[in-house]
Amino acid sequence: MKFSENWLRTFVDPPLTSEELAHELTMAGLEVEAVEAAAPPFDGVVVAEVLSVEKHPGADRLSVCKVNVGETGPLTIVCGASNVVPGAKVPCARVGAQLPGLAIKAAKVRGVESYGMLCSAKELGASDEASGLLLLPADAPVGTDFREYYELEDRLFTLKLTPNRSDCLSVMGVAREVAAITATNLRLPEASPVPVETDEAFPVEIAAPEACPLYCGRVVEGIDVNAPTPDWMVRRLERSGLRSISATVDVTNYVMLEMGQPLHAFDLGKLSGGIVVRFARQGERLALLNDQAIAMDSDMLVIADREKAVALGGIMGGAGTAVSDSTRDLFLEAAFFNPKAIAGKSFRLGFVTDSGHRFERGVDFAATRMALERATQLIVGICGGRPGPVTEARGALPRRDPIRLRVERARRVLGVPLDDGQITGLLRRLGMSFAEERGVFHVTPQSYRFDLAIEEDLIEELARLHGYDNIPAVLPSAGLAMLPEPEGERHRSEIRQMLVARDYQEVINYAFVDAAWEADFCGNANPVALRNPIASQMSVMRSSLAGGLIQCLRSNVNRRQGRVRLFELGCVFARSGQGYDQPEKLGGLIYGETLPEQWDAEARRADFYDLKADLEALLWPRALRLEAAPHPALHPGRAARIRAGDKDVGWIGELHPEWQQKYELPQAPVLFEVELRALCGRDLPASGEISRFPPVRRDIAILVDEGVGVQTLLDALRAAQPPVVSEIALFDLYRGQGIEKGKKSLAFRVLLQDTQKTLTDAEVDAVVAQLVGVLEHQYQAKLRT
Amino acid sequence: MQDLDRLIAEALAVFERIEDPAQLEQAKARYLGKSGALTDLLKGLGKLPAEERPAAGSRINQAKQQLEDALARRREAIQGKKMEVRLAEEALDVSLPGRGLGVGGLHPVTRTLERIESLFRSIGFDVASGPEIETDFYNFTALNIPEDHPARAMHDTFYVEGGALLRTHTSPVQVHYMQKHQPPLKIIAPGRVYRCDSDVTHTPMFHQVEGLWVDENVTLATLKGVLGDFMQRFFERENLPVRFRPSFFPFTEPSAEMDIGCVICGGSGCRVCSHTGWLEVLGCGMVHPNVLKHVNIDSEKYLGFAFGLGVERMAMLRYGVNDIRLFFENDLRFLKQFN
Repeated sequence: MKFSENWLRTFVDPPLTSEELAHELTMAGLEVEAVEAAAPPFDGVVVAEVLSVEKHPGADRLSVCKVNVGETGPLTIVCGASNVVPGAKVPCARVGAQLPGLAIKAAKVRGVESYGMLCSAKELGASDEASGLLLLPADAPVGTDFREYYELEDRLFTLKLTPNRSDCLSVMGVAREVAAITATNLRLPEASPVPVETDEAFPVEIAAPEACPLYCGRVVEGIDVNAPTPDWMVRRLERSGLRSISATVDVTNYVMLEMGQPLHAFDLGKLSGGIVVRFARQGERLALLNDQAIAMDSDMLVIADREKAVALGGIMGGAGTAVSDSTRDLFLEAAFFNPKAIAGKSFRLGFVTDSGHRFERGVDFAATRMALERATQLIVGICGGRPGPVTEARGALPRRDPIRLRVERARRVLGVPLDDGQITGLLRRLGMSFAEERGVFHVTPQSYRFDLAIEEDLIEELARLHGYDNIPAVLPSAGLAMLPEPEGERHRSEIRQMLVARDYQEVINYAFVDAAWEADFCGNANPVALRNPIASQMSVMRSSLAGGLIQCLRSNVNRRQGRVRLFELGCVFARSGQGYDQPEKLGGLIYGETLPEQWDAEARRADFYDLKADLEALLWPRALRLEAAPHPALHPGRAARIRAGDKDVGWIGELHPEWQQKYELPQAPVLFEVELRALCGRDLPASGEISRFPPVRRDIAILVDEGVGVQTLLDALRAAQPPVVSEIALFDLYRGQGIEKGKKSLAFRVLLQDTQKTLTDAEVDAVVAQLVGVLEHQYQAKLRT
Repeated sequence: MQDLDRLIAEALAVFERIEDPAQLEQAKARYLGKSGALTDLLKGLGKLPAEERPAAGSRINQAKQQLEDALARRREAIQGKKMEVRLAEEALDVSLPGRGLGVGGLHPVTRTLERIESLFRSIGFDVASGPEIETDFYNFTALNIPEDHPARAMHDTFYVEGGALLRTHTSPVQVHYMQKHQPPLKIIAPGRVYRCDSDVTHTPMFHQVEGLWVDENVTLATLKGVLGDFMQRFFERENLPVRFRPSFFPFTEPSAEMDIGCVICGGSGCRVCSHTGWLEVLGCGMVHPNVLKHVNIDSEKYLGFAFGLGVERMAMLRYGVNDIRLFFENDLRFLKQFN
């Protein structure tokens, strides 16, 4: 909502500067987004009359004018505008004038002395565009200061209105609000009906009384449709961001800005029979004023005559019945449409109009007829014509029932001890009618307030007028109960910190991804798709973090990062029955050297086992268990699923060489993804006895088939170990020279310890023999000696 | 006995010249060993007259002790010198960098979120979460935003096939939480939200923190108190000016926008605050009775306040980030600034 401050001040004129007024509005919930001057500063410009125009002797496109600026003797001014004609009234910058970015001096223009400059609106900063001189009305008084004449000492206010405050979508509405918040008198003009001069009337009928409870119309015969819009109206329209189009359109727009009531003018000659307000037939077509032809839905309201739809009710008129240069008779419409009937329709059609914007938020249904009278008065004043009687059709208008407002409740919600007297004062300023019992008010909101339905709405009104600034800021006192702190759960932040400590950088990627990533990295040909993606490469919901991580890697490798270690914690999405499964996952990757380049460390490329170690640390003290298993993203020989209990909770492996090539990565990263839930569980530690006796270490070295996994052997050993064994671990792996092809050499460390005594050699030997036996018998291992 | 004096003088001189421990032991043998010079003198005592023997014996023993002491001192000196040399050789250049892994870091949005969480936890707010693919009911209807309400158009909603949507705010978590828990309730709900909007100042995904406190004595005044306190703690500015302006959200009534004095220019006016001296940082209000009704909480008994905070904006103001899009480009050079 944009308007001229001067216009507003014709209705309410509080003793505040523009800045103070803007502040008051903002603090009352009508946020002032901008306050701009109507024109930049300039001086020395007066209203002038062009007396004569002659061709410049030395330049085809220039004219030499004699100009009356109200002093004795006309000035000679050279002018380049094509619309300069004798008799024209124009703004003239005199010698010594300061224009925006230009000082006017006496000068010789191609040999002719020139004493000033005739101006366009653009040169004065009063408009963004101009074609030629700004032509002023014939009655403009010569010699008057132009700023004063053109009301340039004005500010343009832009309000950022919230959707509940449709009552402020007009200058009068804002004036009402200013009067309430500043406790200033409101001076709204008395609207009186225009004398009827013809019996000509056009029948009106409502077939959808719920959607359109009030329709007023009137004929205006014999108008001069080409009469120019008066300057003052053009100016106010422009300062509200609307361009002047023609007198009839300008008047309907003007009344909408002034009173908030959208209106429409039809060419009566193009209407047949009478007006019917009804719902559209499904698919019914209508060519609109914006040159768009639409097919309407059956929940859209149309204004129709006996033959056809002529307007999209409350939103836009039709092209076929629009006022044109040859229109003689008008049919003027002012109606009230129910917000529910209008809401969402223009959004569906893909355009917004000033009219639809107002009706879907709520227009004052008590002022409909007054607005029609106001528009008639203006049209007759500008275009002449004879107005006919108002025809009106009615359904059930919205009701404004009294709302109960308890003083105690207001105090409780606001935390401010308002009393009955204060509340009475505030309600009076709001102009609301109310009845008061002790401690309870029954308040009836005005017809223009569509945002007041319940007690809390009124409490907000009280708070607004009382001033949010005047509500104290109180630190609460509350019962001090501690929050639960489950020790068996690891917090996200702990998991993040562990990764950070292991040199990982956290990233955050968009949850919508390229469909190709889903296909490549997840084998997901049918991901959850967005109906209205913002870009094709962000069209589906990710079912894995892998794509985003690879993308981050690529972009950073392209920025010459040679060593990258990333993780992300976020939701992924998959269909699940009628709904969606959206678990939180942790994903990560490592790429490049294990260590940052440094002066004393051997460079080695990070591989599967480096990443595995980090995962093991994350899970510690629970053991990480991997099972070789293919994954669409991964090298089939270097891929595993992560197991927890009897469930798969993630995967780890090296990127498939095919994707490495496709995604143009110099090396393959190793990556993982795991369900966050699987990482969050933790066991409560339980302390046991610590032995006072020294441990005994024995090593078992064996030869075994390549195909036997170390995990299998460890599982077998641990299953067989007696209580005196405190640890079994692999400490060496060897293949190659001296070892038969297809075999590998493994060495396990076995630590034995008893809490009660020092173990004897015989006892230790027996345990080791038992463990070796397991390996020999179950896995055909050969003991190396 | 002049021989003895000469012998001692000679031995002491010999010891003093020796630098090697083994040589020192050899020298000791020469004087004090079984066939050493001093031992020979002791053996010669028998030839002395009986009355001279005690005196001579005692002198020789004194001399022996004198040589033993000299030897011990010399041993220590040699050892000390050796240690000095070793220590000098072993000296490190302590200015060489440490070896091993580097340190990673949190994303600045996470860092900010954790800061917000810890401040609210400190006054007893628990952390709740909810789904990102939401239903129309939770994202709009239950929050008092009926179909075709103009407020829906402000939300630029992403729709998922089949009619679900990506939540446009974290407010639906309020509804989920209140369906499962009875008041008093005190939660914050951090998370990702989505809006179909992408330009210099908008990314299609961003983060919010929703806050909700429902109890019998929560008021607009407590809302002002808690949020003012939070902003001052978050920015670590005791006198940070804050103001509340009436606003509109369908799920709160009364509603407010909260502004803080510009933390960039200190209120004198700059590009970041559009020369107003104020920054809009948060929307809030008293929970609308219709929202409580949807979750069967008695709005006569309980009142609540709720707020929604943009995390990226807080991070930008706190750390001086001037382009929101940087958060999701994941350029390591940008991210590592926050480590």
